[in-house]
Amino acid sequence: MSLVNLIITLALLIAAAYFWAHSRSLALAKPLGGIRHLHSLPLYYGLRGAIWCGLPALVVLCLWLMFDDPVVQSLVLAGLPADAVPAGPAERSLFLSTVVNVASGALPAADQPAAVVAAAERYNALRGTGQLLVAVITLGVAISGLLWGVRRMSPQLRARQEVERVFRWALLACASIAIFATLGIVVSVLFESLRFFEAVPLTDFLFGLEWSPQTAIRADQVGSSGAFGAVPLFMGTLLISAIALLVAVPVGLMSAIYLGEYAGSRLRNIAKPALEILAGVPTVVYGFFAALSVAPFIRDLGASLGLSVSSESALAAGLVMGVMIIPFVSSLADDVITAVPRSLRDGSLALGATRSETVKKVIIPAALPGIVGGVLLAASRAIGETMIVVMAAGMAAKLTLNPLEAVTTVTVQIVTLLVGDQEFDSPKTLAAFALGLMLFLITLLLNVIALYIVKKYRELYD
Amino acid sequence: MTTAALDSASAAAAPGRHRVTELSELLTQRTTGKPFVDAAKMRTRNVNVYYGEKQAIFDVGLDIGRNQVIAMIGPSGCGKSTFLRALNRMNDTVVGCRVTGEFLLDDEDIYAPKMDPVALRARVGMVFQKPNPFPKSIYDNVAYGAKLHGLASRRIELDEVVEGSLRKAGLWEEVKDRLVQPGTGLSGGQQQRLCIARAIAINPEVILMDEPCSALDPIATARVEELIAELAENYTIAIVTHSMQQAARVSHRTAYFHLGKLIEVNDTQMVFTSPQHELTEAYITGRFG
Ligand SMILES: Nc1ncnc2c1ncn2[C@@H]1O[C@H](COP(=O)(O)OP(=O)(O)OP(=O)(O)O)[C@@H](O)[C@H]1O
Ligand SMILES: [Mg+2]
Repeated sequence: MSLVNLIITLALLIAAAYFWAHSRSLALAKPLGGIRHLHSLPLYYGLRGAIWCGLPALVVLCLWLMFDDPVVQSLVLAGLPADAVPAGPAERSLFLSTVVNVASGALPAADQPAAVVAAAERYNALRGTGQLLVAVITLGVAISGLLWGVRRMSPQLRARQEVERVFRWALLACASIAIFATLGIVVSVLFESLRFFEAVPLTDFLFGLEWSPQTAIRADQVGSSGAFGAVPLFMGTLLISAIALLVAVPVGLMSAIYLGEYAGSRLRNIAKPALEILAGVPTVVYGFFAALSVAPFIRDLGASLGLSVSSESALAAGLVMGVMIIPFVSSLADDVITAVPRSLRDGSLALGATRSETVKKVIIPAALPGIVGGVLLAASRAIGETMIVVMAAGMAAKLTLNPLEAVTTVTVQIVTLLVGDQEFDSPKTLAAFALGLMLFLITLLLNVIALYIVKKYRELYD
Repeated sequence: MTTAALDSASAAAAPGRHRVTELSELLTQRTTGKPFVDAAKMRTRNVNVYYGEKQAIFDVGLDIGRNQVIAMIGPSGCGKSTFLRALNRMNDTVVGCRVTGEFLLDDEDIYAPKMDPVALRARVGMVFQKPNPFPKSIYDNVAYGAKLHGLASRRIELDEVVEGSLRKAGLWEEVKDRLVQPGTGLSGGQQQRLCIARAIAINPEVILMDEPCSALDPIATARVEELIAELAENYTIAIVTHSMQQAARVSHRTAYFHLGKLIEVNDTQMVFTSPQHELTEAYITGRFG
């Protein structure tokens, strides 16, 4: 029985289990005089039956899927004459993959030595038995689980609690997937970074003023070149993010104030979604807009003013990135501004304040923590942005605060470090993990601060 | 107010007659009592207020006497707040609200095109039902209006305004040591007195109060009522209230509203001892509302 068929059968069985347990509960209730004499509603007895049927069977199936391949392969190896099996682990795995390929028909059997062909046949046979075996076991477990579950059914059985408990654990499992995924990523990045810091001292990385990882791939210079100073990268990130925020914060804030305080509801209903469309434009599109339109424009403008502007500049990338994050600032600011209670506005207006005075003196101060939270979230977005910078700001790791020059950012360098053929454990590749870790820590910090501020703000009026 | 209550009230007032006609008849009559006075601070005539298509105030004419307290009472939804908010053009800020009629403040038309609603609100202050101190310090709450209107140019003067207003509002002794703490940290009754202090800090001529005690306990209420009596010496006050005892205690005149119409206005004493209109009588004897 193939896996798909097995799963379909199991699903049908589970559905049948539901209906059977459901009707059994009705049958139990009948002599007592109606379902109100049952501890739980029939629905819960049905669900409980389905769970008893499906859950243990699914666990068995999952275990089999996990251990099926290694077990079959070691059985194949064990079944071969000792001299036919290669000695080293690398050769052995090569041999095994040949066997598997021959077995599936991907490699023609005619060209292979007899031992391989025999192993392939044995492999196929074992797999066939295995599939039959698992089908029998799974369905057996399902049916016996169901029988056991139904046998224990009685009007006093706390079916609702049992079902609720299973649902709780299922929800917990789903929630922990996200957490464990994050944790896994962090841990792996952390370990690779530690390997990097074995080669390059942490202080060199954090405080070094020069970034040129290319010079370090020569074997005799590993770790000694001192070219892994991350300061220019963080400086570039900071510069571009600052320009972006300089654009996005005033524009986003003002538009939020206009939409929240001045615009009529008709305009608001059109303008707000329109602003949010900006957030849906892919960053690549922003990127080539920055590289092909904005950067040349700035260069020409600079030239006509007698300034020397490189054709890729921090300014171009920052400006476009600023436009990109306007919707973040404006929609978050709009939320907190409209959350300021109407009574505060009325109170201010009734004291003879104009609308703009009310905005300046009451609304903004009251909404400030929320606005700051929104700005920090936008900032962490800007720091993590890559595409626009690759296209519009260049790759040169120059330590400068001049927005007219080409700079590079942490994210861009991570990309360039990992693009192309690299030895996986050279400091150059490992540096990407160290940069990623730093970036992660910074955005994490910003997010934590932002969330803390936003939360504090919520408590203000509740 | 429920229709059932209304019906029973009308039936009680005049048994045997058709109830529905009875009510509409009662409502078409002109305002009973003395809506107009000689020494008026504000005069209103033929006032109609609409929320979109819906009319909330019907042809109201009422004078507010100088240095007097006028109480506005009536069942929920009868338009007391709406009328009060028309007096300092706070309804301008409500989308879809339209006000017609004449409103005079010392013979000045407050709805005239050249009248600035912002300047008007500095002269006709307002205290709201729910205390709404700004999330600022106590000092800044009181100083807010004074700073806005440039009433105090130096810090010393501002200090004086703040202290004077807090004293008048009877709050000074309680907060003088914690002026820098947030106004939102005060108790409900203190907050409401803070809002009153904030309103009188800009020295308005008229103070409008919309159920200023409805969120307060009896002791805080008594404190605010005392305050209203003191303030009446220097200010003209219009107060909306659901408590007839409160109206009787603090006001000189009382106006009774019903379904957007001004039914009866008279000296408070008169209204509560010998109401002349059946609806007023039904309301103050507690038969509906
Ligand atoms: N912003 C608004 N939009 C539409 N209708 C409104 C609005 N405000 C009030 N109304 C309506 O106008 C009428 C009068 O309302 P108003 O708030 O003046 O009553 P009120 O006498 O103050 O009642 P309460 O004693 O409950 O405060 C009510 O029918 C109300 O539904
Ligand atoms: Mg009201």
